[in-house]
Amino acid sequence: MRLKCPLCGDRDRREFYYSGTDDYLNRPAADAPLSAWDDHLHNRTNPAGLTRDLWYHEQGCAQWLAVTRNTITHEIMAVDLVAKERAK
Amino acid sequence: MPELIAKAALEQAPLTKAGVTLAAVEIGPITSVAVLPGGAKAVAKALKPLGLSFPAPNTWAAKGAARIVWTGRDQAFLMGVVPPTLDGVAVTDQSDGWAGLSLSGPGAEAALARLVALDLRAAAFPIGSAARVGLNHMSMVLLRVAEEAFEIYVFRSMARTAWHELAEVLDRLEARAALKA
Ligand SMILES: [Zn+2]
Repeated sequence: MRLKCPLCGDRDRREFYYSGTDDYLNRPAADAPLSAWDDHLHNRTNPAGLTRDLWYHEQGCAQWLAVTRNTITHEIMAVDLVAKERAK
Repeated sequence: MPELIAKAALEQAPLTKAGVTLAAVEIGPITSVAVLPGGAKAVAKALKPLGLSFPAPNTWAAKGAARIVWTGRDQAFLMGVVPPTLDGVAVTDQSDGWAGLSLSGPGAEAALARLVALDLRAAAFPIGSAARVGLNHMSMVLLRVAEEAFEIYVFRSMARTAWHELAEVLDRLEARAALKA
């Protein structure tokens, strides 16, 4: 498996650290109800199909990447820089 | 003030095997130049007197002894010169944080192919290319400096490990060449 880092280009999967769902990018407000924090920290969907998750380019540019992929076909649709999205 | 003893990260003599020479590189000062939001214009202006511009991803350039190497998003290493006053950037002295090695000769690509999961043929990685990529399990900054020569920068604490790994590769290439002969 290879991921196309928007900065470094096509790279081997071993260069990346897999973190998990991009739910982690959507942090509830500090005063959000406990159920929202419970969801944020613990509850995950397990999609058959499209998913978007966070990968860290550990042996490359040290950027967090959001990877859109299909869990059924293993197709990778998009790799985005999280920092770029956050800057918007 | 205590007297500190300046020591090179690597004191090994150059090693040549299988048509490849492994040697330590002393590049001089290394300065991390991290562009602050909105700082691109200011840093471009500050680099101009050095004859350099901020590098595009995966590239490096040199002017005289001064080099600028892309090392990450909005980040580059200025190498070989004491940095001028730079506006629009966060500047960090990295000189003692890195160790340099060079690998040169007709077999340099084949040697790196054993440790680097990247296409390093000249067509894909020409002179002027730079990459943040793994050297086996280590992080490195890799530069192609000539048709048959690369420079490798690793964290200084990894200097001897990097040397050891590369020296072992040269051993194996030499052994393979002996079998063919
Ligand atoms: Zn990258």
